[in-house]
Amino acid sequence: MKIYGVAMLAACYFTGLLIGEVLGRLLHIQGNLGGVGFAMLLLILLSDWLKKKNLLHAEFESGIGFWTSMYIPIVIAMASIQNVQSALSGGLVAVVAGAVSTSLCFFLIPLLKGLMKKNEQ
Amino acid sequence: MIKLIEDLFIKNGFIFSFLLVGVMMLITDFLSKRVIKNKIPGVALAIVLGLILAGFGGDKGIANIPIFAGMAILGGSMMRDFAIVSTSLGASFEEIKKAGWVAFLSLLIGIFFSFTIGTIISYSFGYRDAKSIATIASGACTFIVGPITGNAVGASSEIITLSIAAGVVKVLIVTICTPLTAKRIGLVDKNSAMVFGGIMGTTSGVSAGLAATDMKLVPYGAITATFYTGTAAILCPSVFYPVLKILMP
Repeated sequence: MKIYGVAMLAACYFTGLLIGEVLGRLLHIQGNLGGVGFAMLLLILLSDWLKKKNLLHAEFESGIGFWTSMYIPIVIAMASIQNVQSALSGGLVAVVAGAVSTSLCFFLIPLLKGLMKKNEQ
Repeated sequence: MIKLIEDLFIKNGFIFSFLLVGVMMLITDFLSKRVIKNKIPGVALAIVLGLILAGFGGDKGIANIPIFAGMAILGGSMMRDFAIVSTSLGASFEEIKKAGWVAFLSLLIGIFFSFTIGTIISYSFGYRDAKSIATIASGACTFIVGPITGNAVGASSEIITLSIAAGVVKVLIVTICTPLTAKRIGLVDKNSAMVFGGIMGTTSGVSAGLAATDMKLVPYGAITATFYTGTAAILCPSVFYPVLKILMP
C-alpha cells in the first residue's frame, strides 16, 4: 500500500517539526530550529532500519517517490510566488546587501572544499 | 463562458496549479532541448519563468492574482518542506555523518560571512544605528531571519521590509546562479552540496538551485540549509547584535 509510505513520510515530517519547535522554545527563538532537517534524518534512519529488517516494501518507496518527483514542480511554483517586485524595488541597500553577500558566498565553496580535502589527507 | 471557466479555475485553484506548472515545464523543456540545445537545463528555465511571472504579482508573487492563487498552496512552505523530506529517502546517512562537521562549520561561516557583508554594506549606505544595521544584515542571511532580528531589537517596519527584500534578492541569485556556476565552484558531489547548503542557507534558493543542477544533490544541500535559518535566528539577534552595539554605541 502506497499510503503506508506516505504516512511514514508524514510521521517523520511531524516528528521532525516537533523536535524543531521544542528546540526553538528552549532556546527562545521565534520559529523552528531545523525541524525539516531532523525530519530528513529520521526518514533516512527509519528507512535504513526497515530495509535491514526486510520490511521496506517497494510500494512504500513508490508512495514516497511520488513526492520526490513532485519536488521540482513544487520548486517552480515556489519561484512564481516570490515577492520579486519588492526585492527589486525595495531600495538599493537591500539589493546591494543581498547581491554582494550572496555572490561572495559562491567563492567560499571552493575554499571550504579545499579545507575538507586537506583534512582528509 | 469565459467567466464560467475562470470561476472553475478559481474554485479549484490547487488542481489548476498542477496544470499550470505542467504547461510551464512543457514550454521550458521544449525551449531547452530544441532552441538552446541543452545549454541551460529545462528546470532552470522553468524556475526563471516562475520568477518572471512572480514579477507580475505582488507580495505573494503571481498568487496575488485570484486565478493563480493555487500556486501559493503548491509552492508554499508546507508542500516544499514535505517534498524536501521525501528526497532524503535513499540518501546515505554515512555520507552525512562523514561531512557533518564541515557542514556545521560551513553553517557558522556562512551566517557570520553574510551578516558581516550585510553590516559593511548598510554602514556604507549611511546607516549608523546598530538596530537597523543588524536587521538589514540579518536579511542578508535569509528573509526569515531579517524580521526575526528586526522584531527582537525593535527596528522600524521600513527597515524590516528592507531586510526581507535583501533576503529575497539572495533567493533570486542563488536560484539562478547555482546551475550556471555549479561546475566552476566544484558543486559536483554530496559533500560539496552539504557545504553549499550551509554557506547559502536560504532553503528556497538552495532547494531550487540544486534541483536545477542535479536532483541527486538535493537532500544533502537541503539538510544543512534547513538548520541555517534556526541557527541564524539564534546568532543574529543574541550574539551579533550585542557585538554591533558595542562597536557602534
